[in-house]
Amino acid sequence: MSTFATPVAAKPKTMVLNMGPQHPSTHGVLRILLELDGENVVKAVPDMGYLHTGIEKSCEDKTYSQAITLTDRIDYLNPLGNNLAYCMAVEKLLGLEIPKRAQYIRVLLVELQRISSHLVWLGTHAIDLGAMSVFLYCFREREEILKIFELVAGQRMMTSYIRIGGLALEPPAGWLQRVEKFVNMMPGRIDEYEELLTGNRIWIGRTKDVGYISGEDAIALSMTGPTLRAAGIAFDNRKVFPYSSYEEFEFDVPTRTDSDCFARYMIRVAEMRESLKIVRQAMKKITPEGPFRTEAPGIIPPAREKMKTEMEALIYHFKIFTEGFSPPPGEAFAAVESPRGELGVFVASDGSPKPLRVHFRAPSFINLQALPKLVEGRLLADVIACIGTIDIVLGEVDR
Amino acid sequence: MADGNQNANVVIERLRAWSPDAISEILEFRGETTVVVPRNLLRDAAFHCRDDKALQFNLLSDATCLDRYPLEPRFEVHYQLVSIPNRKRVSLKVRLSGDDPVIDSLVPVWPGANWLEREIFDLFGIRFTDHPDLRRILLPEDWEGSPLRKDYPVEGYRDIPSIATRYTRNRP
Repeated sequence: MSTFATPVAAKPKTMVLNMGPQHPSTHGVLRILLELDGENVVKAVPDMGYLHTGIEKSCEDKTYSQAITLTDRIDYLNPLGNNLAYCMAVEKLLGLEIPKRAQYIRVLLVELQRISSHLVWLGTHAIDLGAMSVFLYCFREREEILKIFELVAGQRMMTSYIRIGGLALEPPAGWLQRVEKFVNMMPGRIDEYEELLTGNRIWIGRTKDVGYISGEDAIALSMTGPTLRAAGIAFDNRKVFPYSSYEEFEFDVPTRTDSDCFARYMIRVAEMRESLKIVRQAMKKITPEGPFRTEAPGIIPPAREKMKTEMEALIYHFKIFTEGFSPPPGEAFAAVESPRGELGVFVASDGSPKPLRVHFRAPSFINLQALPKLVEGRLLADVIACIGTIDIVLGEVDR
Repeated sequence: MADGNQNANVVIERLRAWSPDAISEILEFRGETTVVVPRNLLRDAAFHCRDDKALQFNLLSDATCLDRYPLEPRFEVHYQLVSIPNRKRVSLKVRLSGDDPVIDSLVPVWPGANWLEREIFDLFGIRFTDHPDLRRILLPEDWEGSPLRKDYPVEGYRDIPSIATRYTRNRP
């Protein structure tokens, strides 16, 4: 964050425009220093840090379980995905196996989360480009997903539902009917968005051939997620490095080669349909009965009944919630495919109940690095389309 | 990952074939292999990982640092590499002492390392030689200290006046 940066235009003809930190199209507090020649962008320098809250430092002062609540707040459109990535890293440190049923529930919820995140993206991106009504439709459907999360986890957004070893609690009876209702309703709704946008001449005019980046450049700049897949590279962690039983699900990884804002829009719409496919398969796989978390004395809290009847279970319960557990010294890196790209979590343990280091490989942060490449030489209005299709969440950029 | 070890074996083999000093240590933990590279060979080893036909680690997924204070060498810089064509992952690690936390920048190898290294510089105070734009990225430019170091308190230094008070005091 350059607090006192007073940019000076390089050429007498150009002017410097300070876009942000308070600008509706930056989806948070992102500041971009734009050097303009008339309406053409000569240079763009993103400047962030306005939302930096030191989450990684705070994690070092909490026990492994307590840090889960902080992960919700990194990418606030994808809290379950963040929980999953963090828990997978800690589970790798501990060497825990997760019951299949818990893995399927995790997959189902994370895919619903992906749809809801893409809905927020689509709605806000459309509103940035002047299509007001799509926003309202998208938020209508997102509300249904948030209601499912509230039913399952008791929270709409900051769920902290995925825990080390499995899930926080057994999902309530009848929750799959709610999911089914949503899954049956959603394909028609996605068709509605497409009717509003895909053939819309203004939409095409604002997004087609805007913000091109080649596949090689995208890889060199470490981009991942829909932005990389729109450049023709089918890299998806769910397929390439399957986790949480994704290898048992059938789905496609949509790719395109035109690599402009329109392609990234088409990829995300196609991903919503693929996620619905995964949700349908997961619903069939989830058995009504079975464990929702693994059993590991001293690490995973014992079941409520056991705690009330067995002395050891009571002692473990007390120790886990006061002192925490101590994984063996070592380092683990776990990566998941978040709606924005590869979300990696690096956790290092020194054998104490608090992590030595927690680092989040935030896809928004790294994808944002490519913004100057996308916008330089283009018009000012294209900057807004480009920021939108990178799909940044500033909470994740700044952490 | 089941093929994690085998994958790392290729890396170890190719790096050893290139230079016998390229690997100073191999760490195994939970099926994941971390290759420790000496500091002076890091950039060449990275070029090798990227360009070797058998390796092709074309995507730098992540770079981060951890502080083992008060142990020495206290810093460890970790790089997570991904090979998209070979569908492999590997992690490299470099150890740095607290007196001389300087390391070669990997921006010439992967331009995506730019902001990742700026973040490490910002939060750990590690310098990257030949970095094109080594500035703070998350914290204000006049911030003092490196907050993610272990000798920096979690609650910060309370006795240091905030930026706002400093500026009102200095105003004529």
